[in-house]
Amino acid sequence: MNAALELGLLYGIMALGVYLTFRILNFPDLTVDGSFTTGAAVAASLIINGVPAPLATLAGAASGAVAGLVTGVLYTKGRIDGLLAGILTMIALWSINLRIMGKSNLPLLREDTLMTPLRDAGLLGGVWSILLFAVAALVIKFAIDWFLSTDLGLSIQATGNNEQMIRSLGVNTHRTTILTLAISNGLVGLCGALIAQYQGFADVSMGIGLILVGLASVIVGQAVFGRRTIFIASLAVIGGAVIYRLVIFFALGAGLNPNDMKLISALLVVAALLLPRWGFLKRIPSLRQMRSAAAVKAN
Amino acid sequence: MLLIENITKTFFPGTVNERVALNDVSLQLNTGDFVTVIGSNGAGKSTLLNMISGKLPIDSGDLSIDGSSVKRMPDYARAAYVGRVFQDPMAGTAPDLSIEQNLALALRRGQRRGLPWGVTHKRRAFFREELLSLELGLENRLKARVGLLSGGQRQALSLLMASFTQPRILLLDEHTAALDPQRAELVTTLTESIVEKHHLTTLMVTHNMEQALRLGNRLIMMHEGQIILDVDAERKATMTVPDLLAEFAKIKGASLDDRALLG
Repeated sequence: MNAALELGLLYGIMALGVYLTFRILNFPDLTVDGSFTTGAAVAASLIINGVPAPLATLAGAASGAVAGLVTGVLYTKGRIDGLLAGILTMIALWSINLRIMGKSNLPLLREDTLMTPLRDAGLLGGVWSILLFAVAALVIKFAIDWFLSTDLGLSIQATGNNEQMIRSLGVNTHRTTILTLAISNGLVGLCGALIAQYQGFADVSMGIGLILVGLASVIVGQAVFGRRTIFIASLAVIGGAVIYRLVIFFALGAGLNPNDMKLISALLVVAALLLPRWGFLKRIPSLRQMRSAAAVKAN
Repeated sequence: MLLIENITKTFFPGTVNERVALNDVSLQLNTGDFVTVIGSNGAGKSTLLNMISGKLPIDSGDLSIDGSSVKRMPDYARAAYVGRVFQDPMAGTAPDLSIEQNLALALRRGQRRGLPWGVTHKRRAFFREELLSLELGLENRLKARVGLLSGGQRQALSLLMASFTQPRILLLDEHTAALDPQRAELVTTLTESIVEKHHLTTLMVTHNMEQALRLGNRLIMMHEGQIILDVDAERKATMTVPDLLAEFAKIKGASLDDRALLG
């Protein structure tokens, strides 16, 4: 249970990255599956080669950002469909990740990682490490909240909301799109680097299906906690990532095996997408319609 | 100020759908000119505006603002000089952002956007003052999502966003056409007062001939990709809608005759 919470908070960083592209930029970015592993592979290789863990972790984040940048350039300058651009980068990264790692699995058990002090102090799996990971996720959450409210951040929000309008106000939407994809995949790479250190190895297949985990976190979190403001929406994403891990935890406890988890993830996303359209939850969108209808009438 | 020289634009060149949208159009606007543009559907009015804003590239000819050519400048760079209000009231604002955030975006028109806060106390006071001039009560709803506003309110807000940084040229593309008569009148009145207040050089496309005659100091009529009539302030003041229709029938008839003869 504690491990599920820890993992949920760590994966929350990845989910925040997915939130930036999926919700803010309105861009379905599949690069995530590759850039997560790239972040893990770069950090693990560097740590094994004696680079200090904090530096290696940052390098993992930076390598993820480069992956996002490539997808962004393919999409904007290359005018390749967004989904395809992400898939192309993701597939290419599989080979690159293997090159970086040299083999398909890099163990970090005897290395000095960011998690070593926690493990040595016996904190992992306890309240303190959960708190620490929560603080880390919240720091990134607040940084995103702040960034999105700056002049630059607002122009990124507008790029996802009404591209024609923001271009007519003088914003190069190619630049904002590339920048957002880089930041998003930077966070995903950072998450990959942290997860590799947390679980003690980097594996070339660790990112497979991860985009679904990200989407599940964003969609489930925002269905449960709402998305009225950026503050709530980004908090909900972290909450969603934790909920996702708890669902997996209970599913495993109920006797399903780890190979069933991809199916569980997919079902969770489908449920979170469909449920609001049925039953008692249906009232939420119709309330919104009523309000805007009332606003129109009032004028 | 704005100088358009022999602009030509053809859509789908070399195909069966080939259509000449602008045919060797030249036009000069002086600082402070408020020109209304009328013409039937497909006359090239919107294409002309798209050429000026840079939304579509020019096939041939030149376009300069304040003496320097902007022909090769992409639309987002040209936005530093050109403000624009679209026909669709939904097009000019970001629905999921608040009124003050939309205004903050418009305030940085053509400037670098970095990491200072988008909405500050100082800016908010300025926005409130500007919104007051719309007389729609929006100054009390700064944090409301723009998506909740009515079409008329959104269009008034778009107009403010396009104009309050005083761009060199203001383009209005049938910006009252999608509104009911009452809202259209309101936005028209606002347009008049805003253009007057900032002495903006304005090009306004309209379907409403009465409006085209009432507003501005110059009127041009387009037909089949060409400017067929250019009315100056003096003549415009005495002109009526029947005069305009008669003029149109005369020129159109002539062009038809020409074609019939040449055909």
